[in-house]
Amino acid sequence: MFNSLSDRLTTTFKNLRGKGRLSEADVDATIREIRRALLDADVALPVVRGFTGKVRERALSAEVSAALNPAQQIVKIVNDQLVEVLGGETRRLQFAKNPPTVIMLAGLQGAGKTTLAGKLGKYLAAEGHTPLLVASDLQRPNAVTQLQVVGERAGVPVYAPEPGNGIGDPIAVAEGGVRHAVEKQHDIVIVDTAGRLGIDEELMQQAADIRNAVTPDEVLFVIDAMIGQDAVRTAEAFADGVGFTGVVLSKLDGDARGGAALSVAEVTGKPVMFASTGENLGDFEPFHPDRMASRILDM
Amino acid sequence: LSRDTLDEETWEEIEDTLLLADVGVDPTTELVDTLRERVRVLGTKEPDQLRALLREELIKLVDPTMERELSVTAAPGRPAVVLVVGVNGTGKTTTVGKLARVLVAEDKDVVLGAADTFRAAAADQLQTWGERVGVPTVRSDKEGADPASVAHDAVRAGIDGESDVVLIDTAGRLQNKVGLMDQLGKVKRVAERALDGGTIDEVLLVLDATTGQNGMQQAKVFSEVVDISGIVLTKLDGTAKGGIVVAVQRALGVPVKLIGLGEGPDDLAPFTAEEFVDALLD
Ligand SMILES: Nc1nc2c(ncn2[C@@H]2O[C@H](COP(=O)(O)OP(=O)(O)OP(=O)(O)O)[C@@H](O)[C@H]2O)c(=O)[nH]1
Ligand SMILES: Nc1nc2c(ncn2[C@@H]2O[C@H](COP(=O)(O)OP(=O)(O)OP(=O)(O)O)[C@@H](O)[C@H]2O)c(=O)[nH]1
Ligand SMILES: [K+]
Ligand SMILES: [Mg+2]
Ligand SMILES: [Mg+2]
Repeated sequence: MFNSLSDRLTTTFKNLRGKGRLSEADVDATIREIRRALLDADVALPVVRGFTGKVRERALSAEVSAALNPAQQIVKIVNDQLVEVLGGETRRLQFAKNPPTVIMLAGLQGAGKTTLAGKLGKYLAAEGHTPLLVASDLQRPNAVTQLQVVGERAGVPVYAPEPGNGIGDPIAVAEGGVRHAVEKQHDIVIVDTAGRLGIDEELMQQAADIRNAVTPDEVLFVIDAMIGQDAVRTAEAFADGVGFTGVVLSKLDGDARGGAALSVAEVTGKPVMFASTGENLGDFEPFHPDRMASRILDM
Repeated sequence: LSRDTLDEETWEEIEDTLLLADVGVDPTTELVDTLRERVRVLGTKEPDQLRALLREELIKLVDPTMERELSVTAAPGRPAVVLVVGVNGTGKTTTVGKLARVLVAEDKDVVLGAADTFRAAAADQLQTWGERVGVPTVRSDKEGADPASVAHDAVRAGIDGESDVVLIDTAGRLQNKVGLMDQLGKVKRVAERALDGGTIDEVLLVLDATTGQNGMQQAKVFSEVVDISGIVLTKLDGTAKGGIVVAVQRALGVPVKLIGLGEGPDDLAPFTAEEFVDALLD
């Protein structure tokens, strides 16, 4: 584990003479390596700053000075700190006291929302629930068709009263979806929404209107694991614009290091709940903070 | 608020700007080193002058002299063929639609090929784009059909219909999926078989501007598998700057040719080094 960062730190520490307290210069060199590893992993710069600040304090402390292998000790501190920010334990979905439970999906264009709707549907159906997918992306060409196909693959019904491609009101569809679920006794409603940019005020307002119309129990912010420094701005924009209760990190089957997980968890304080790990509907699992920490540190 | 010396804070601002734009640690360090050297030689004292130097160096790095024209001129007896590739969700299908719109406006006859036979409703999405801009789409009605044969059929249709350009959309795939990358290589080879020894004119890698350092790995692997000839940098209408393309262009010598600025049919523009750098430094 942590080969690369720990190799680098070991090299940094090779130049250390004797034992005892690390000097300021040693710690500076260490922090530079950690900073670099985190930036290479796409952790956002302000988050890297805060993070290395905390690590620095602990690096200067007795726990490191006393360690036989200061490099390993510091890597352990970094790892623990990462796991802490990423959330010690995975949070489970909150279900409504009076069904249906409403789950709304939101995020940038192409993040993986529609695919996630199918994955959640399949997963929840397997748990004995009777989910309904609702097609409230009426904007992206054939987003409605895509959700219908995904629903079919997942074996989950889809509420799609409007054809989309610019036709229909996504807020009315979301509301209609919840009504339909009550009538047909679906205990969970998953609302797929159009991708939108954080700075698109009109579409952010639309997302807020959908939320107000269906008062979801969970709003899941879906974010691509490949995203870079923009993660912070985007997460903040969705936190302010729609407000979300949890995060889903998608495309973790790739080889991106996924530093965005840390950025989003740190700036929004919301837990990463699930990992999406492929294009097929079974490629979906609870998020593991410890695995994510090693992934961010490994190169 | 004028400062007459370049303090560390000023340098840090420069470095932050570059890092926050996803330029990456190594290119940022190199740029800052180059700037420090120039500042020493020139005796620069004003932050504004430093910023002007930064702009100059960045433009030099992004290289305004690179050839960024698309190869979309038909040869006698055959259309120009463009293959559009990239990881999942970057904007390939949308880019094909927008590009068709541009070519139609130039009075070209265009055919679309729906070689994404995997993703739910991918062919429908492309066909909707085709209808929107008034061009036909060659597709298979079978879900999971062989994408290579659809690509081949599209090129054939372009030849038979004496079209000017065939634009082939492919399924998104992550570059670390060996099987899917092999399949993409095959799509290209089989499409070329329809060209009687000819080759595909343009292989465009669609990179999402929000992508961080993984963009380099994407570009490297797609380049190895299908020899990309140009990059389309999409979603630049958001807050992301797309700084990873600076290193990508330099490492691979493949220019960014087009940028995506929205979801509408007209939201495609040529890439220019100056505008890109100005947006990056904004
Ligand atoms: N490899 C991989 N691909 C994924 C994953 N999740 C989604 N995708 C793919 O990413 C692309 C975009 O996924 P969508 O579900 O359409 O994303 P979206 O957020 O609904 O997109 P818009 O509605 O256009 O905003 C598709 O090609 C999906 O198959 C994942 O976890 N891994
Ligand atoms: N804001 C913005 N959105 C874009 C741009 N280009 C594409 N999109 C959106 O990004 C999402 C994904 O676009 P697609 O064209 O489906 O992407 P793709 O690469 O074909 O996706 P897959 O085939 O699933 O891999 C859609 O919601 C598009 O409308 C752009 O330049 N700006
Ligand atoms: K931008
Ligand atoms: Mg969608
Ligand atoms: Mg597509």
